[in-house]
Amino acid sequence: MHYFIELILIGITAALIKNFVLYYFVGICPFLGVSRKIDTAFGMGMAVTFVITIASFLSWTFTTFILRPGAPFTAWIWGMINPGSEVVVDLSILSYIIYIFVIASSVQFVEMYVRKFFPPLYKQFGVFLPLITTNCAILFACLEIMKHVSGVPDATRWGLPEALVLAIGGGLGFTIAISIMAGIREELDMCDVPEALKGPGIALLVAGILALAFMGFTGVDRGLASLFS
Amino acid sequence: MATDGPTPLERFISGILPENPVYRQLLGMCPTLAVTNGMQAAMTMAGATTFVLVMANLITSLIRNLLKPHLRILVFTLTIATFVTIADRFLAAYLYQMSKQLGPYIPLIIVNCIIISRCEICASKQGPFTAIADALGMGLGFTVALASIATIREVLGSGTWFGLRVLPEMWPDWVLMVLPPGAFLTLGLLLGTVNWLSSIKARKAKG
Repeated sequence: MHYFIELILIGITAALIKNFVLYYFVGICPFLGVSRKIDTAFGMGMAVTFVITIASFLSWTFTTFILRPGAPFTAWIWGMINPGSEVVVDLSILSYIIYIFVIASSVQFVEMYVRKFFPPLYKQFGVFLPLITTNCAILFACLEIMKHVSGVPDATRWGLPEALVLAIGGGLGFTIAISIMAGIREELDMCDVPEALKGPGIALLVAGILALAFMGFTGVDRGLASLFS
Repeated sequence: MATDGPTPLERFISGILPENPVYRQLLGMCPTLAVTNGMQAAMTMAGATTFVLVMANLITSLIRNLLKPHLRILVFTLTIATFVTIADRFLAAYLYQMSKQLGPYIPLIIVNCIIISRCEICASKQGPFTAIADALGMGLGFTVALASIATIREVLGSGTWFGLRVLPEMWPDWVLMVLPPGAFLTLGLLLGTVNWLSSIKARKAKG
């Protein structure tokens, strides 16, 4: 039961309290670029959530079994090459390269899947789908997972459920933020905005006010934790 | 090959203000917003990004004749990731506190759009000298942008600049400025100011 509550808290923290876009500022480019229509924004959010989940699953697997110091698979291979060696092999220097590789290939995979099974959606996304590769939100989720998997004591190491909950929570948080933003910008089109602030300027100001609103969620996690324990 | 398009010097200058990566091209927004609550963090970030930008541009330009069109983005990304790993390990070794404070934003340089766009637009078509000049200009432009935002946020938010007290003790710190919303508001207003100034300039030039 305690474990279950911990999972819920990780999800809520990633989605609302420390929202990827409005607290950590990752994924700002699509947040400003694709937030003109609610439909497209929502589709983009869903695509990002999907890719984030796949990439997090893969990066958790790679980090746990190969990259972290003392990872079982690496230790096994090392033991075969140098029997009786006491050295703890640490491949974490390769993490960033592996992560970016994992992300690029999952985006490629999602692109092929969407093109084959949802042609209308594919047409709507157009160039934005490959751009997900350079979406910071996905690499950020991988790095957050790495922080809790690599170089921490066994008792506090994250398992797969934590990693997936963080990924889905973060993806949904991104979807919420970008959809709210699109809704506001649809209304903004009818407003008289000063010439210099048109476009990204006013969008950033609106995002600032949104971030202020999301700061209201601060402390919700502690409240929930004390409610359940 | 370096004769087509602007000269290296022109590229260097155009990166700083006329084509500033942050204010003009709206690239690299994540670090711009995330690490600008203090000057020290902002300058470390700018230094790391410029290093990666210059090295990635240099390598890309040296191997430009070997690049295959469908694989080039992957090659760019892997080159960048390599240099980001070097920068990350360097900071962890020599500036440990700063590296801890910047946290995930150093590895996030990999997906900084400025670097990929410079590799794609300039370095994959030009010689090494031009590519380095271009990278230095863009890096300097990025530094200027980060410095302007960080100055406003740190002075108003904590009354200090580079950790030194500049406003009197009685200054009520605008905590909002060092929190996430302050970043959005500052960048939005600065963007508006830059647009406004350049529109005035354009109007004057027209007569």
